[in-house]
Amino acid sequence: MKNIPLSKTHIALGAKMVPFAGFNMPVQYEGVNVEHETVRNAVGVFDVSHMGEFLIEGEHALELIQQVTSNDASKLTIGKAQYSCLPNDTGGIVDDLIVYRIKETTYLLVVNASNIEKDWQWIQSKNKVGATMRNLSDTYSLLAIQGPKAIEAMQSLTSHDLSAIPFYGFIVGDFAGIEHVIISATGYTGSGGFEIYCKNSEVKQIWDKVFEAGAGYGIKPIGLAARDTLRLEMGYCLYGNDIDDNTSPIEAGLGWITKFTKKFTNSEALEKEKQNGPTRKLIAFELNERGIPRHGYDIVDANGTKIGEVTSGTMAPSLNKGIGLGYVPMAFAEVGSTVFIQIRKNAIPATVVKLPFYKG
Amino acid sequence: MNIPSELKYTKDHEWIRLNGDIATVGITDFAQSELGDIVYVEVETVDETLDAEEIFGTVEAVKTVSDLFLPLSGEIIEFNTALEDAPEKVNTDPYGEGWMIKIKCSDLSQADTLLTAEAYKKLIGA
Repeated sequence: MKNIPLSKTHIALGAKMVPFAGFNMPVQYEGVNVEHETVRNAVGVFDVSHMGEFLIEGEHALELIQQVTSNDASKLTIGKAQYSCLPNDTGGIVDDLIVYRIKETTYLLVVNASNIEKDWQWIQSKNKVGATMRNLSDTYSLLAIQGPKAIEAMQSLTSHDLSAIPFYGFIVGDFAGIEHVIISATGYTGSGGFEIYCKNSEVKQIWDKVFEAGAGYGIKPIGLAARDTLRLEMGYCLYGNDIDDNTSPIEAGLGWITKFTKKFTNSEALEKEKQNGPTRKLIAFELNERGIPRHGYDIVDANGTKIGEVTSGTMAPSLNKGIGLGYVPMAFAEVGSTVFIQIRKNAIPATVVKLPFYKG
Repeated sequence: MNIPSELKYTKDHEWIRLNGDIATVGITDFAQSELGDIVYVEVETVDETLDAEEIFGTVEAVKTVSDLFLPLSGEIIEFNTALEDAPEKVNTDPYGEGWMIKIKCSDLSQADTLLTAEAYKKLIGA
């Protein structure tokens, strides 16, 4: 089990620590509902230093990234990031990630902690063009400062105008007294804010200054439990739940990051799948009655016949109802259709809805 | 961690308050803090007679779901319906307003197998 640099800080703040993706991580401080509401209404800070960071450099960096990712990285200008995924050779997904263009021929790939080793091996195996790869995962930390008050609360910590950074844009600049920090207008909550990438040796100073600056805005530390409810209210996929080695980006609703303007791993088969239509689709559903769908529960039709499984589910704190995602055959996937979630002895009716669940 | 000395406990983190042959049952302070924010308590066994250790209901927190086990054999005569609208009472007042069910016990000798506050304290390492 690895520790993130600030694990003692989290324990001192009363965090409940749990093993997650090989790291000892804060899952909850004060309580998942309070933390959720803090991010929706004010500002909260997640330590997500377990995430992996790879640097891809050199004149062939873009060529490698175009080969391994599904989105079109040639569209990235310096200072822009994009959400993307790594398709495998057999129709599934190795991981989802964010690709940052740092310099002309320098890109940063941010990957899921649980997949650092797998992704590294995978990308390396596809690196026939001689791009330089560096795995910075053990030396970099990541804080996500999220919520509608994030810009205002953090502005005093930098000389840059935070409100001028567009969504999925970033700058490399000063923050909390540290130079060369990546300040990225990205996140996984749907409530706006930033992600701050810094060296492990710098993260304590940044954490402390962030909490000083945010004190008047009700800033709180937020655990992984609220991170999950926040992302699920937006319908963002979680690798290992909603997407994995056996789900295609087309059926997962990730067609918008799967660009056939270029060739990439398994692109021919994925393009065919897109043209012919997938056989199943990841749906978003809301329960019509009380109950909470959970990962692994069966989705059934009106006759009780199993048609799929819940991949993610929770009680949505902002909506106060049970919500979830899951794969079902296309015949059941239309918005407005009724499916049933088997919760113990009861099949609870649920309506297929359009994402996001939480509309702000 | 609050563990009232006058109550009995189970290894499943339930507490029992005996009054004659009527047992009031809830989950402990430790259990509610481990579960986190409780959003739903489901008990569909009222008027049923069950054996000790059978499942009488379910408690749903935001992140987890957990079965509730009957601590003593008997008939479930009452569910705390206040929890239908205010399940958070289990978090805020687990030994009071957060009680869950009342059982009419069929075999009071089973009560001897329950844990004392001291024994429960040891169990959870408090």
